[in-house]
Amino acid sequence: MTAESRPRHLLDFAAWPRERIEALLETTEVMAQVLQRPVKRVPALQGFTVATLFFEDSTRTRLSFERAARAQSADVMAFAKGGSSLSKGESLRDTVETLDALQVDLFVVRHPAAGAAHQVASWTDAAVVNAGDGRRAHPTQALLDAYAYKARTGRAFDATRLTIVGDVTHSRVARSAAEAFATLGADVVLSGPPTLVPRELGALPGVRIEPRLDAALEGAHAVMALRLQQERMASFRLASAAAYAARYQVTEERLAACDPEVVVLHPGPMNRDVELASTVADGPRSLVREQVAAGVPVRMAVLYHLLVGKGER
Amino acid sequence: MQTKSRLLDARELDRALTRIAHEIVERNKGAERLALIGIHTRGVPIAERLAERIASFESVRPEVGKLDITLYRDDLTEIALQPIVKRTEVPFDVTGMRLVLCDDVLYTGRTARAALDALVDMGRPAVIQYAVLVDRGHRELPIRADYVGKNVPTRRDEVVKVRLAEVDDEDAVVLGDRPSTGGAS
Repeated sequence: MTAESRPRHLLDFAAWPRERIEALLETTEVMAQVLQRPVKRVPALQGFTVATLFFEDSTRTRLSFERAARAQSADVMAFAKGGSSLSKGESLRDTVETLDALQVDLFVVRHPAAGAAHQVASWTDAAVVNAGDGRRAHPTQALLDAYAYKARTGRAFDATRLTIVGDVTHSRVARSAAEAFATLGADVVLSGPPTLVPRELGALPGVRIEPRLDAALEGAHAVMALRLQQERMASFRLASAAAYAARYQVTEERLAACDPEVVVLHPGPMNRDVELASTVADGPRSLVREQVAAGVPVRMAVLYHLLVGKGER
Repeated sequence: MQTKSRLLDARELDRALTRIAHEIVERNKGAERLALIGIHTRGVPIAERLAERIASFESVRPEVGKLDITLYRDDLTEIALQPIVKRTEVPFDVTGMRLVLCDDVLYTGRTARAALDALVDMGRPAVIQYAVLVDRGHRELPIRADYVGKNVPTRRDEVVKVRLAEVDDEDAVVLGDRPSTGGAS
């Protein structure tokens, strides 16, 4: 592994070639093993400090990053919007510089503005992981989707078709999943109400847009249903959740067009029986539990890959 | 690596392992509740070969596990090159077992230290012993092996290379000079 192939940050997948993502998924397997032992902790990141910087509510993601850091014996500093100077109007930059002075080795950043994590990376020598920036990217979610999919099906990404259904425009999860799966060699199809599927994503290599849901589902090995953000419906000419469900809900009947072994993903939190039928969400095709379970080991692997072997950069 | 001399050929290596296998059984009074844990990479075939030999003269075949110690190394904050984390496969409960940790070369003792930490995180073994094909000296920690194939006095700038058919297409132990640009034993 050469210096050139080692990305310093995980902001999105632009700097991550296929073999680096594959290496991350392999390390994830080992981390999942660690979490099944009596002592769910290894000393690998002893001496490193990880700071979580959350400018947007997300207990689940923040906790899983903190658990991932502690499970490798790193020190953790948690900064959230309410309980810190962030609420006193301190700017993002000042916060980062203050933490930098406390010798943080890696920042985990969640921010409502697209590009916030890139900004942080430009202000610090520490590594930066994007835990969600506006509608732009949420790469660790995409990695846990890929890991959960591979662990369940064992199918090669080269032989995989992933269909993402719903409000792609407002979904950083969809964007990152499309990037990650396509980089890994999968064929990615985006479908949903035409106003909610941005044209430009169809230009990514390995990604295409198919507005007709039945055609989009044909032969799919994985289907990801996206959360319909109810508050956005009015502005996007969707009459109601019921009208959306009638046309785009992922149901057992619609899945008949897919590969017989198809699995179904959802990034959570779920609007049951809106974007995804309850029977599917709770049924044998659902990967939802595995997605949640993959959160910690995937983030452990990301921290390990970004922190260990720094000198190589 | 510049090879200077052959410390063990295939036959000698084979005899050394056979002797260690007998010593393990003698010391542990049989092969009951015995497990051999190979440290990645070359400790794994050593553990497997020892298990085969023990099975050939005892009525039981000891369990075999594979241990990767990367996450327990004490130099991860300093090293330049990121080590690849491999799978640990210990498909049995180590609690109450008599474990023999197997590796190719004993040098500073840091690998053994890391392996001990990894093993006790899996449970509480009754006893942990340590078997190595070559002990080359230069310990940096208070560690010694219970079973040694061959003691070899070396200089720090030399490299001991164990080659095993499962990994390297031949069985041999060779001594060489460390190349001037990095590289570990």
